[in-house]
Amino acid sequence: MSTAFTSIHAGPAPSVPAKPSAVGRTMLATLTLAVVFGLAARVVELRPIELFRDIGNVGVFLRGYLHPSFGNVGEYAWQCVVTLCIALWGTVLALLVSVPLGLLGARNLSPHPLVYFAARRVMDVLRAVNEFVFALMFVTAVGLGPFAGMLALGIHTGGVLGKLLSETIESVDPGQVEGVAAVGAGRLQVIAFGVVPQVLPNFLSYVLLRFESDIRSASVIGMVGGGGIGFYLWDTIRSFKDGEAATVILLIVAMVMCIDVVSARVRRAAI
Amino acid sequence: MVADRSPAVALDGIAKIFPGKAAPALVDLSVTIEPGQFVAVIGKSGAGKTTLLRCLSRATTVTRGAIRFDQTDLAELRGRALRAHRTRVGMIYQQFNLVRRLPVVDNVLIGRLGRLGGFERWAALVHHFDQAQRAIAFRCLDHVGLLDRVWQRTDTLSGGEQQRVAIAKILAQEPAVILADEPVASLDLSNGRVVMQTLRRVASAVGITVIATLHHVELARSYADRILGLKVGRLVFDGPASGLTDAALFEIFGEFVTEPAGQSEGERLGELAAS
Repeated sequence: MSTAFTSIHAGPAPSVPAKPSAVGRTMLATLTLAVVFGLAARVVELRPIELFRDIGNVGVFLRGYLHPSFGNVGEYAWQCVVTLCIALWGTVLALLVSVPLGLLGARNLSPHPLVYFAARRVMDVLRAVNEFVFALMFVTAVGLGPFAGMLALGIHTGGVLGKLLSETIESVDPGQVEGVAAVGAGRLQVIAFGVVPQVLPNFLSYVLLRFESDIRSASVIGMVGGGGIGFYLWDTIRSFKDGEAATVILLIVAMVMCIDVVSARVRRAAI
Repeated sequence: MVADRSPAVALDGIAKIFPGKAAPALVDLSVTIEPGQFVAVIGKSGAGKTTLLRCLSRATTVTRGAIRFDQTDLAELRGRALRAHRTRVGMIYQQFNLVRRLPVVDNVLIGRLGRLGGFERWAALVHHFDQAQRAIAFRCLDHVGLLDRVWQRTDTLSGGEQQRVAIAKILAQEPAVILADEPVASLDLSNGRVVMQTLRRVASAVGITVIATLHHVELARSYADRILGLKVGRLVFDGPASGLTDAALFEIFGEFVTEPAGQSEGERLGELAAS
């Protein structure tokens, strides 16, 4: 069949520059990865055989969990509510920490490169230190209980959200910001009209995602004295009260699932 | 709507050199624009049209020379004085530069931001405007024929409508000079006509200076009092539309600008306008 394209398709083959070979690089990369993972396996004492050999023990251990005992379920349920409250106020604290840090740590909004640098490093530290480490510190400072847990979660999550916020701000459409600045608006006005509408949907989504993740963290932060259901999780597992532990785990799973469903709905509605 | 009087805009031997670029964007440009003139800046892509507008709006500063609005040297503006200058300059962009997620009315109200004082400035931070400010916004929207879209999200409007919202925004802003950077380049013919006519009407009614970059020679011919031709950063033509001869066009564009067969775009626009 002859079309208008035939003359292009059927013409003499042009001389194509040689395709650069990637074989050497691929082999080097494969070898490097193999060495790294091999060494890591030695370090973590990766012995899958033992898992199969001792499968009976695992069975015995799990059998205890097949019969949850609901004697203390009221107390456990209440501790789930406490856990939820820790996550709620932890997220509020995280907002208070992350919004100023995120604004100052966004290259396109920061008043000075030094401020930008400082805000970025503060957020790095907050993210680098795990919430459990913060919880250990706050337990020493304000005593055992949910308040310490909430502070630890809020500070750590503040660093995470701050980083996400500053990166969202850095990716806004500069034209829309310029359109606001061009009328002679002040810095705060430019943020309120040019930046906030652009970052709000994404940021809200990040906040909800972190709230879900904070619920999971809050459900174990009690292990280090941060209050909530985590203490009972720790206590029942350590003292081999398998039935009780099963109840606690069931409650945590149910709570996390409920929150994830609700939060996903809110997120979809918000965007 | 009472705008403050347009200043005389004087460009005194300006040059703009971007760091890292060998060729300057603007070279030794001297022009005085009288208050109330409708000036079209024409030239090929990369001729320096947009750079010139950005210098006038003080989005950037000139490397050499000076731009004066009346007696004020733009290079000396800082902080509050710079914001006051921006309030006096209404910008129209090729890509509209409206905040897309906000309702139409908010984008018009943004035009008022530089005019607010005292408590109103703070209230505006939570997008609250008093009755008087909202009334101004509604009237400006009505003026461009978009009052029925007032609560709609801005990015649901067509390009032509968005550019009219942008015009309503600068009507609300009450500038003394309008700078329009390729205001119709993203629009179809009839929307382009509406936008150019609205600009022309505002300019004539209020007596405000308009400086517009246009790459369509015929649009410039139809609407401008005065045409500036730029070629790789240099001013190669300055005169009324009638002086824009084929030779002048060849000088600006480096090639003959041929009219489409039959009607020119300017004539078509003229007919549409008449109908």
